[in-house]
Amino acid sequence: MTIKGKAYIVGAYEHPTRKAPDKTVAQLHYECARGALADAGLTFDDVDGYFSAGDAPGMGGVNMVDYMNLKVRHVDSTETGGSSYLIHVAHAAEAIAAGRCNVALITLAGRPRSEGHSGAAPRVFPPSVPDAPFEAPYGLVTINSYAMCAARHMYEYGTTPEQLAWVKVAASHHAQYNEHAMLRDVVTVEDVVNSPMIADPLHRLDCCVVSDGGGALVVTRPEIARSLKRPLVKVIGAGEHIKGQNGGDIDLTYSAGAVSGKAAFEMAGVTHADIKYASIYDSFTITVVMQLEDLGFCEKGKGGAFVADGNLISGVGKLPFNTDGGGLCNNHPMNRGGITKVIEAVRQLRGEAHPKVQVPNCDIALAHGTGGLLGHRHAGATLIMERE
Amino acid sequence: MTLMAQDRPLPTPPVYPDNTEFWAAANEGRLLVPKCGSCGKTHWYPRPFCPHCRSDDVSWIEASGKGTIYSVSPTRRVPVPYAIAYVTLDEGTTMLTNIVDTDLDQVKIGDRVQVVFKATEGGQKVPMFRPA
Repeated sequence: MTIKGKAYIVGAYEHPTRKAPDKTVAQLHYECARGALADAGLTFDDVDGYFSAGDAPGMGGVNMVDYMNLKVRHVDSTETGGSSYLIHVAHAAEAIAAGRCNVALITLAGRPRSEGHSGAAPRVFPPSVPDAPFEAPYGLVTINSYAMCAARHMYEYGTTPEQLAWVKVAASHHAQYNEHAMLRDVVTVEDVVNSPMIADPLHRLDCCVVSDGGGALVVTRPEIARSLKRPLVKVIGAGEHIKGQNGGDIDLTYSAGAVSGKAAFEMAGVTHADIKYASIYDSFTITVVMQLEDLGFCEKGKGGAFVADGNLISGVGKLPFNTDGGGLCNNHPMNRGGITKVIEAVRQLRGEAHPKVQVPNCDIALAHGTGGLLGHRHAGATLIMERE
Repeated sequence: MTLMAQDRPLPTPPVYPDNTEFWAAANEGRLLVPKCGSCGKTHWYPRPFCPHCRSDDVSWIEASGKGTIYSVSPTRRVPVPYAIAYVTLDEGTTMLTNIVDTDLDQVKIGDRVQVVFKATEGGQKVPMFRPA
């Protein structure tokens, strides 16, 4: 069974806060849900499916369903880090197609900025995780896992720090127009490569922001979508994949996007030339370069050249990306920005992005997320959406 | 520039029932690697089955301790900088580790390295690598 055309994204909301010391995480989830339902023209009483990931406080979705007093007949708490929410959209489409729910609510929220969880601390290994004995002693943190991918990419393909920097430059060009973005100053390649080295070859400005906040999405069946007053954003392709260490045959040159992207394009029946806008997960600059290659926007190893010279800047380059400023400049709520990737794609397809970054005639868009550690084990998820 | 590696406090690895032999050998200065008797491949991290062919016929072999850096990242904005790395052992598999006892600014992908054992805070020794 394909989910192509079986579900529509009718509500999308990004919380405007970037620092919320006086709100609880549950409250942020609620405010995001309320915003997305209002955007759709639906109410909490219409929701019969709830999708959440590891950022939802409590056991799976149970505590949040109770907190919001939802009456659901379908729950899904698939947890794959930053890619969870793209997977949730696909799983919501599957559930809708199977008749298991009519209105699916997806939420993400967190307060890593207020709580001081920057992602810079050593990874905490939950009990019984099988890889822990062989990784915990070695100072594995988020950035050095991604940095090892970047180092290998440079070694194999000659990618340069300046090429990686162009990803941040493009994001900053977009963020200047976003009043909610954490970093609104336009930066240059020199600014990036002259910022402090954190874990070679990644500098401070190769990294995303740490922000409080969240977002929510509402997905529903075609009949209900057509009864609402919002532009129709149809899910036409989806793919998911987990890439690990291959039993020790480690290859850091590709990501899970190589599999999830192919599946999404095959389902959608579109080509790369059809994609007018792309939301690409941008935990670090290297994340974008590798995913663009793996999704097929350029040849493997040519990602550095592809992103250089403003090719990702809306109105300038061939592939406008992350026009909200992305995780690199705008928002990376709960250190996992997957939902904001879908939200900005929806804005673009509706024609509701900021006029300075809105892509003309944006009829087909792609969103891709990565969750976990790119250099260790991670989940990738791709969505392709069409304006009807 | 130079950035000489210094010893730093290392978290003690949790010892599970399926890897006690590995850690006992590490305390004696020996690096064990799991190898499959069915497909012949080594694997990492160690499991009681072969992740390549799923055979249960896995036994420990003593590795030469020699390998090549597959990737490395000196991690700087921390109290004691260190170099995280993947090292491909001459026995075939690639393991997460640290590069130690050298100038971290000179460490490169492709460098030949040799195992050394460093004590963690709880006393258990863990394999790391220095230039060969």
